[in-house]
Amino acid sequence: MKLPHFDYQAPASLDEAVALLVAGDGGARPLAGGQSFVPIMAFRLAEPSMLVDLRKIPGLDQIEIGDEGVRIGAMVRWRDLLDDARLASALPLLPAAIDHVAHYQIRNRGTVGGSLAHADPAAEMPTIALTCDAVIDVIGSKGKRSIPAADLFTGPLMTSLDSDEIITSVLLPAWPASRRWGFQEFSRRRGDFALAGIAVFYDEDASGVVANAHIGAISVGDTPLRLSKAEAALNGRKIDEATLAEVAAVASGEVDPNGDIHASARYRKALVGTLLSRALSAAANRKA
Amino acid sequence: MKPASHHTQNSYVGGHIERVEDYRFLRGEGQYLDDVSRPGQWQAAFLRSPVAHGRIVKIDASAALALPGVHAVVTANDIEGEIPTIPFRRPNPTIGPYAQPIIARDKVRYYGEPVAMVLADSAELAEDALGVIVLDIDTLPPVIAREAAMSDKVLLFDEVKTNVPTVFNADKGDAEAAFAAADYTIRDQFYTQRQTALPMETRGLLAEWDAKLGKLSVSGAAKLPFFNRKAMAKMMKLPEEAVDYIELDVGGGFGARGEFYPEDYLVAFGARKFGRPVKWIEDRREHLMAIGHSRECSSDVELAFSKDGVILGMRGSLYVNVGAYVRPNGMTPVRNAAQFMSGPYRVPAIHLDAYAFVSNKTPAGTYRGPGRYEGCFFIERLMDQAAAGLGIDRLEIRRRNLITHAEMPYPLATVLPSDGRAETQCDSGHHLEPFELVVKDSNWAEKAALQGKLIDGRYHGIAIGSFIEGGASGPQENVRMELHADGKVGLYAGSSAIGQGLETILSQIAADALELPMERIEVFHGSTTYLKEGWGSFGSRATVMGGSAVLDAAKKFLAAFKIHAAARLGVTIEEVTVSEGVARTADGRSVPLAEVVKDGINVDGSFKNQTPTYTYGTSFAHVAVDAGTGHVEVIDYVVADDVGRIINSMTLHGQVMGAAVQGFGSVFSEELVYSDEGQLMVGSLADYLVPLASDYPVVRCHSLESYPSPTNPLGAKGAGEGGIIPVGGVVANAVANALSSFGVKPNVLPLSPSRVWEMIEDARAKA
Amino acid sequence: MKIELEVNGAAVSAEVTPRMTLADCLRHELHLTGTHVGCEHGVCGACTVIVNGDAVRGCLMLAVQAQGAKVTTVEGLSLEEGLTPLQQAFKHHHALQCGFCTPGMLTTLHALLTDEPEASEERIRDVISGNICRCTGYVPIIEAAMDARASYQQSRGDK
Repeated sequence: MKLPHFDYQAPASLDEAVALLVAGDGGARPLAGGQSFVPIMAFRLAEPSMLVDLRKIPGLDQIEIGDEGVRIGAMVRWRDLLDDARLASALPLLPAAIDHVAHYQIRNRGTVGGSLAHADPAAEMPTIALTCDAVIDVIGSKGKRSIPAADLFTGPLMTSLDSDEIITSVLLPAWPASRRWGFQEFSRRRGDFALAGIAVFYDEDASGVVANAHIGAISVGDTPLRLSKAEAALNGRKIDEATLAEVAAVASGEVDPNGDIHASARYRKALVGTLLSRALSAAANRKA
Repeated sequence: MKPASHHTQNSYVGGHIERVEDYRFLRGEGQYLDDVSRPGQWQAAFLRSPVAHGRIVKIDASAALALPGVHAVVTANDIEGEIPTIPFRRPNPTIGPYAQPIIARDKVRYYGEPVAMVLADSAELAEDALGVIVLDIDTLPPVIAREAAMSDKVLLFDEVKTNVPTVFNADKGDAEAAFAAADYTIRDQFYTQRQTALPMETRGLLAEWDAKLGKLSVSGAAKLPFFNRKAMAKMMKLPEEAVDYIELDVGGGFGARGEFYPEDYLVAFGARKFGRPVKWIEDRREHLMAIGHSRECSSDVELAFSKDGVILGMRGSLYVNVGAYVRPNGMTPVRNAAQFMSGPYRVPAIHLDAYAFVSNKTPAGTYRGPGRYEGCFFIERLMDQAAAGLGIDRLEIRRRNLITHAEMPYPLATVLPSDGRAETQCDSGHHLEPFELVVKDSNWAEKAALQGKLIDGRYHGIAIGSFIEGGASGPQENVRMELHADGKVGLYAGSSAIGQGLETILSQIAADALELPMERIEVFHGSTTYLKEGWGSFGSRATVMGGSAVLDAAKKFLAAFKIHAAARLGVTIEEVTVSEGVARTADGRSVPLAEVVKDGINVDGSFKNQTPTYTYGTSFAHVAVDAGTGHVEVIDYVVADDVGRIINSMTLHGQVMGAAVQGFGSVFSEELVYSDEGQLMVGSLADYLVPLASDYPVVRCHSLESYPSPTNPLGAKGAGEGGIIPVGGVVANAVANALSSFGVKPNVLPLSPSRVWEMIEDARAKA
Repeated sequence: MKIELEVNGAAVSAEVTPRMTLADCLRHELHLTGTHVGCEHGVCGACTVIVNGDAVRGCLMLAVQAQGAKVTTVEGLSLEEGLTPLQQAFKHHHALQCGFCTPGMLTTLHALLTDEPEASEERIRDVISGNICRCTGYVPIIEAAMDARASYQQSRGDK
């Protein structure tokens, strides 16, 4: 399982990187952490003409927390997120989800930008971006643009990025301190891709009535999913047993996952409801 | 109860001895096959069939040969005459036509079957070349499932007219009469899924041909160097002495590694044809499709009982999917499942038919506890169901049926056609001893209250089950003991090291027998260059067979030492006594061993034994099942076995614990899934799910040596496989116990979260 | 392409192609065969090496990406003679059998315990879940790691 032949460049600026991608005419690929893409090459499922390594480009490894939210540079590694104590209050859903990403060694090299560009529906970061209404900043030969997460993911391992575009950062909007959240993922073993996962957050009024429900689902569709029907069912309700059961049923009903060698479609569908119920339960019961 | 053993000043045997191998492994100084390279070597890569069943129309390698650094593409057309087939280790009268050819010529019969070998300057270039070979295959209907195979509508081998190479019959007493007389019978159907051993080091070979001497050297041997040398010599039409098998450090075996595979021949063929060293390192993707699979067995079996829970008889059928060809030991799991299904229980009447059928899947072989794991799962599931049906406590029904010391030796069913060991008997032991130990240590009495209970959202269940483990496979093992110039004793063993600590074990035994410190023993093993003949490490045999041969050699070594010492001291042999490496006379004169170096000591030892040993034991599992996700947590797992005589408690526990955790992989997650078209759907370690460190934190082991084996001077029994054997039955029963309120029957493995959840859902839907 | 890096404390250079992984470079170009390759697709952890203080999969990093890096392999963790406390703990607890996964276990645990000498058993299990061992069942590996913590706590204290 040796890698196929490719050329390699590690430019020092985004402009150079974009120029290399343009020159590669669709055959060149940006390389971030490589933790998903190198295995794909090892199986010879991808044979790029050139890898454009982003590791020398300055300014892509920052985590900035401000009024607009949390801005994460594309080359920020999972490990950097887990080490950043500020996120526990600034965006607690994020480290809770990233804790499920692969294993220790992978988390030392895998990056936020790489994961978003890889667009694996079974991965955590794309679903978190979608759930949080994140905006992804990219640069390419036509200049810079900002892509809402909802418009980035177009299919399994497919995005709306042009072949010469590079993700530079992702902005996850500001998170009120009182916001309630839950993250549940179930995989066959620690670090495996999820059979299903749920990210959820909502705001509530003084009486505990839910508003602004955001529910994202991992690994039950061709892309990361927002469960809009379940969100609608949750808004305006208080979290109690009846709500949990009803919202779980709605969530189960609105996904149509495939079966594979690890789990049947029927199981995955039900698991979405189970995990959502558990995530909401955790959200409601977490001490503020 | 201890055997009359040699008296020694040392006491390495039976100790908790740290391993001598560890030093080099821990420093990164082990030497595995891929750590060795030769100047000018070519690297091999294999083009494998992308379909399960088909006729080869064309192989066009011209584009591959045009690539720089690519030297040759070997196909069946390069083999003169008949394509050699791989010899059987355990032949029986009907399997001949099903032997595996070393390369596909006309027909491919499984996804992954070698059709061409590329030789290039590097592995990268060889793999590049694979991508541009044009392979044109007309597909044939794939034969995947049992029904399709056994209908014989599509034949894998046109010339033999059946997809069933062998039906083994296991018989004892009169089963039909037993069932006619029964008060209660329980019959059910079961399935254990296709798995593989998955050693962490993939296979690899380095073949070198010395044209001047006409000698072939094959590095990368494991398990069976001497058998494989014979096989290679025969297939290469070379004298046996012209072939050497060299063993390096081996990254795990577990039954699969070290058998003769097609690539073994092809790599050697390349080295001989082109006069270049040829190296091949199997990659993990091809490992999953190429190395022996195992365990794919379905059954329809029945037990007969008296009303007080005494087993009267067992009957039924087993069906084993052996894949596309019968490999050297492809029939072992089939005949074993039939012979050992009765396991630890007194079953006076048995009739089982075990069908081996071929299919368009990777050919099967052995995996740790072959056939025994399957059989244990079947009978333990039946035992728990019988206990419920008869209204007898699950402990009590076992106590009434476990074989006791008074019944030893206890004969098992006779299996025909014979593969050389139709009859066998448990050699010694008292099954109630480890059973009661586990009952006590698992705290069964208290935990019984948990059965089926829902606590914090999870259902708890417990179960217990027993097993036997065959070991000490015959027929013989040889060692040579030589006094080295530095005064150390070289021990050259026919046994193979596959990561199990052989050097330590044999050093302990030799050091005790010679009354020398372990540091003065140097073990060399596994290569055919050390001995004229040896056997290797399979069927949990290295300790018993190799160890007993060491005792024989040590006796001769000490006798030779006496002769030399007596000559130097000018006395008769009778006047010399030897202890702790020094020969002494009554009047106080002495000669240390190092002084006779010049005289030379070089002795052969051997041990012949056709009688297997049977380690036996019991295990317990406590599980908690999350009905929402189908996840099963193993909360406690206890295993106790009696190994006759403990040589090294540390390595023994290592074997038992490691095997138990492998067993959890078997029960819960490891499965080689095929599509209906015969495509292997598992191509990576992200899909073949072996246990991880976070999965099963608790395994507790106890080892006993109450009943030494009468078959060998050590009193020892093989103990490398037992840990895995009971896991399927015991864990499945614990899950059934946890989910007893739903009445589910976990009869199909693996118990993946999806399957467990579906069992519960289906039960709920029915209720 | 020529790369220059520091491996086990020594400045080295190697001629590599872009497609060569760091693991293959260490093994075949720099002849440090203690680093093992078990899957080549980033799952088994046998090839784990320490790059600039972080444990990484040697099969998922290109050799060219190690230009200028400080790399430590199992050979670099070892003393001239004898065993380090972590290695000794492995031997004492029988935390290895065939030895193939062992270098990756040692590099992973060394990186972890250097950073987190107080790591809990749960943390160690979680980290080691990225390294497959087929022989031991992991129980003794965790015991060895727990045992070895003391020496890392000591050396942190010494700094």
